[in-house]
Order: sequence, then C-alpha cells, then structure tokens
Amino acid sequence: MGNLPTRIILFLLFSVSPLCAKTIPVCIDCTIKSVSEGVAAAADFDTLLIKKGTYKEFNILIDKPLTLLGENYPVIDGEDQGEIIRIVSDNVTIDGLFIINVGTSYTTDYAAIRVVKSENFLIQNVVLEKLFFGIYLEKSNHGKVYHNKIIGDAVDEYNSGNGIQLWYSHHVTVDRNIVQGVRDGIYLEFSDNVTINNNRSTNNLRYGLHFMFSNDDVYTDNTFENNGAGVAVMFSKRIKMVGNTFMRNWGTAAFGMLLKEINDAEISNNTFEENTIGINIEGSNRITYKNNDFINNGWAIKVLGACYTNTFTNNNFLYNSFDISYNSKLNDNVFDQNYWSNYTGYDLDKNGIGDVPYRPVKLFSYIVNRTPETIILLRSLFMDIIDFSEKVSPVFTPDNLMDANPLMKKAS
Amino acid sequence: MLKILKYSFYDLMRSRWSYIYFLFYLSLGFILLFLNNDVSKAVITLMNIIIVLVPLIGTIFGVMYYYNSKEFTELLLAQPIKRSSIFLGQYLGVAGSLSLSLVVGLGIPFILYGLFRSDAIFDFTLLLITGAFLTLIFTALSFNIALSNENKIKGFGYAVLLWLFLAVIYDGLFLMSLILFEEYPLDTFSLGATLLNPIDLSRTLILLKLDISALLGYTGAIFRRFFGTDQGLIVSLSMLLLWTVLPVWRLLYKSKKKDF
Repeated sequence: MGNLPTRIILFLLFSVSPLCAKTIPVCIDCTIKSVSEGVAAAADFDTLLIKKGTYKEFNILIDKPLTLLGENYPVIDGEDQGEIIRIVSDNVTIDGLFIINVGTSYTTDYAAIRVVKSENFLIQNVVLEKLFFGIYLEKSNHGKVYHNKIIGDAVDEYNSGNGIQLWYSHHVTVDRNIVQGVRDGIYLEFSDNVTINNNRSTNNLRYGLHFMFSNDDVYTDNTFENNGAGVAVMFSKRIKMVGNTFMRNWGTAAFGMLLKEINDAEISNNTFEENTIGINIEGSNRITYKNNDFINNGWAIKVLGACYTNTFTNNNFLYNSFDISYNSKLNDNVFDQNYWSNYTGYDLDKNGIGDVPYRPVKLFSYIVNRTPETIILLRSLFMDIIDFSEKVSPVFTPDNLMDANPLMKKAS
Repeated sequence: MLKILKYSFYDLMRSRWSYIYFLFYLSLGFILLFLNNDVSKAVITLMNIIIVLVPLIGTIFGVMYYYNSKEFTELLLAQPIKRSSIFLGQYLGVAGSLSLSLVVGLGIPFILYGLFRSDAIFDFTLLLITGAFLTLIFTALSFNIALSNENKIKGFGYAVLLWLFLAVIYDGLFLMSLILFEEYPLDTFSLGATLLNPIDLSRTLILLKLDISALLGYTGAIFRRFFGTDQGLIVSLSMLLLWTVLPVWRLLYKSKKKDF
C-alpha cells in the first residue's frame, strides 16, 4: 500500500506533463538560435515557437512529438543541400513555416518535409518554394496536410519532383492546398482511404493529381487547371471523384482525366471544360458517370477498348467537337438520359425526353481513330455529309451505342 | 480596262445582286454575333459557311454574268479595244464587287461588336483574306468554263460540278487514299493534298490559327509546324495567289485565240 502515493504522483506526472508542455522560443538573438538546437533541447510535446528570420538549415530530424509553430512565416533555407525536415515521430505538428531551396538529386528524393513511418501528423499553413519534392509522406497514416502552398519552378520532368506525395500512407486528409509548377501536383502510390478535398493544382508539368495502385480514395471539389496532361487515375479501385473541375488541359497529348484500369469508381458532378480530351478511358469497368458537365472539349469522352458495364446518366454534353469516340464496334456501356447539345430530335409528348434516340459516336471520330491523319478533314463539308448519312443508318459505329432517352433540357 | 471594270461593277450594283449578297453577309454576321456574343467563336462558325458558300456563289455568279453579258461583250469586241482589257475588266468587276460585299458585309457587324478590342482580329482578317481569295479563284474558274462552253446548260453543269468536286468529292478521294494507304507515312502526302485544293487550304489555314488546332493531335503538330509559321503562311498565301493567277492567265490566253 505504501507505493500508492508514488503511483498517484506518477499518474499525475504522466497525465499532466503534456498539459504543462513548455514553449521554447527560437530566434536569431535567443539562446536557441536554430531549429535543430530547438528540437534537441525540447522535451516531448513541447512547442517550438520559431520567430521571424532566416534559418539556414537542412536535415532537421524531428524524433519526438513536437509542435513547430512559425511566427510570421520564418524562412528555413536549405541552400540546395538536401532534405530539410524529416519527421520520424508520431504526433508532430508543423505550422506556418516558409521553406525554400530543397536540394535536387537524381538518386534521392529530397523533400522539404518528409514524414517517415509516423502517425497523427499535421502539416498546415506551410509555404514551399524552389523545391524538389514538397511534402513526402512515407508509410505514415492518419495525418492531415492542410492549407499549404507549394510553388515550384519545374522545367523538365526528369529533374523535378512532386508537390505532395503519398507512398504507402493510409487514412490521410489532403485539404485546401495550392500546388503549382511541380511535376505531379499530388501523387498517390499504394495509399488507401485518402481524402483529397478543395485543393487547387495548376500549371504542373505532368499531372495535377496522379493515382497509382491506391484504393478507396475520395477526391472532391478540387480544381485542376492547365496541367501538362490533366489528372491520371491508374490501377486503382473504388475511387470517388465528385465535384471537381478539370479545365484547359490543351495540347497534343493532354486530357482532363485519364482512367486506366479503374474499377467500380464513381464520377459525379464534375465539370470538364476546354480539354483536348475530357476523359480518356482505357480498361475501366463498372464506373458510374452521373451529373457531369462536358463543355467545349475536343473529345468529351474517348473510349479505348475493354471498358465494360459503365453507365452514363444525366450528364450534359455541351458543344464538344466529338461527344464520344469508340475504337471498337462492341459496346457494353449504357448511355441514358443525358443532355446532348448536338441532339436534333423532337419531343412530341412533351415529357422532356426526346422521341428519337441520339447516337453520340460520329463516323468521323471512328475514322480518326483508325487513321489519325484524317483529322485534317475536320469541319469539311464532306465529313458533315457522311456523318449525316451514318447518323441515319449506322454501319460502322456500334448500333446499340445510343442514348434512347436523350433529355431535351440540360440536366441540373 | 478600267472603264470596262467600272461598267461591270456598276452593272452588278444596279442589278441589286451585289446588295442582296452584301445584306446576306451583313445579317449573317449580326445573327452569329447576336447568338454567340463571342467574336472568336463566331469566327469558327463563319469559317464553315465561308469555305462552302463563297466558292459556290463565286462560281454561279461568274458563269451567270458571263452568259448574260455575252451580247454586250460581242459588241465591245467590235470596238478597237484590247481583248485582254475587256475580259480582265469584266472579271475584276464581278470578282471585285463580290469580294467587296463579303468583306464589308462581314466587317461591319464584327467591328460594331468590338473586333478591335478582341484578340480575334488576326483570325478574322485571315478569314476575310481567304474569303476574298476564294471569290477571286472561283470567279476566274467559272469565267474559264463559260468561255470554253458556248452551251449555257453545259457551262452551268461544269461549273457546279467543279464546285462539287473541290468542295466535296476531292475530300472524299483524299479520305479514301488516306485510309487505303494508312500503313504508309502520310504526313507529306496530306500536306501536299491540302495545298492543291484552295478550299482545303483555306480551311486548314484558318483551323490552325484557331484554338482548336490542339485537337489535331500528332498530325496537327506537323501541320502546325508548316502552316503555323510565317513561312508556311507565305507558302499557302502564294499558293492561293497561284490559284488565282493561273485561271486568269488561261482566261486571257483563251480569249485571244477564241473565234467569236
């Protein structure tokens, strides 16, 4: 019984210690002059308050649960030496830092902030410039990357890195970040149950968002604009894509979204505007496309073989050069109750659904798939004439590929 | 020659056809801009109309005018005037009034809708230049046909056939050969085939200046490298010029030889 007071004291000590955690100021004139010194001096659950100034540091190793809080955006300048911050402990928070000059290497993926095998991290309000990789999460789960700004100056794909990269990291939230001028804006590899919301990924060299072997992820309300090739979703299952905007991915090899080997996904309420190809689909099955808007694209949807049991309902296809392009005569996908701005039918019984089915695949798009050079005849009178005759009696395009109930008014 | 040019020009003005043609383009321009309200979008729609309608109207007008003024031409031939002045004057009178109707008719609505404040001004100018060229080319071709055929029905038939060939059938043959020889590299071939037809050439020239050129993909990149540069523009414009000069030259040559 004699050790009961000791137990109480121990209990108090352990339960209270996070509450009376110290705040350690770091500044040029303080006793602690650098972030590394601060980390060394701090105990678990302390806060390092980094005052305004420039800290020339790299390879800062955070190996205990700390909060690094920047005041008025202190600058951490890596001077192109290598990695800047590496987190190897759970429960670390990084807030309000301005990190510049990450080293470029062809053998190591140097990052501004790298999280390794740690849980419950929070990285927020961080600004990254002149970077190689931005925020790199490696086998780290249950964290949050919130409201950061990553501005790269990438020129070539081979010597640039990704803005936010997740590798074997599950249950992470990526929210309200701005990423521009890097290779891939946000890149996921082997990362499941990730939520990506309200981000803006623009002007990146390759993809705005890139999925590889990642399942059960959700991305909503993001904007992807003017990226080298839009957004790529590859080899993943059960991805939900809702309310995103894919804009102005113009170029000879550009698309709004690329789907490759994607199964059981849901794509709804997205806007695809002014892309060379709105969605490029390859080997993707059981996907539901609902309430999307395809506006002014070259090809709204380009289907390249082996796509089965997909359903397209209540989408708006507005003023695209080609609505749908198919390269096979086989069709196992369902188009129903979409609005097509090119539809010329009528609605005698006034039920809002056209009485004549709409065939979205033009003969010309079939010919272009076969012989790409023929695109030079785009908008010629001859093509309009044969498109019309194909519309009247389909010979080359899949004859069951049609929307039997085209809407007369835009779906809302 | 100038006197005859002036006479032909005023004759067309009096016959009101020029006004109808002018009013047609004027209303077309206003309706397009009213529906679209976007100058650069309207340029694309306009292109579709120009490359089909302008050659057709040029052809029909040319043939019609030649046959209608035949008696007057014969009267002039009895006078001490050079044959080349008579025919060149008539040709320029018709082609000039048609081009003027086109340029002014389309120009007014676009200028009123703020063309000068839009960056589509270059595309629009190119559109008008090619439109004027197409008028010159097809009027010259139709004059040639009419000169070689005394029979009006035959002349009309050949003229319409010519338009049909260049506007539709040529593209069909072009497409067939592209598909037939798809295993071979076709870039140079398609480039050459485009240059040889003034309608295709105008269409490609305008398309590549517009935003939708990205649609053309890999082939488009090759075309763009050719047509998109200043050098390509010069080559295509001189090709159009050649298309105008050759029929006019044949017209003068034939008219000198012809026994009226």
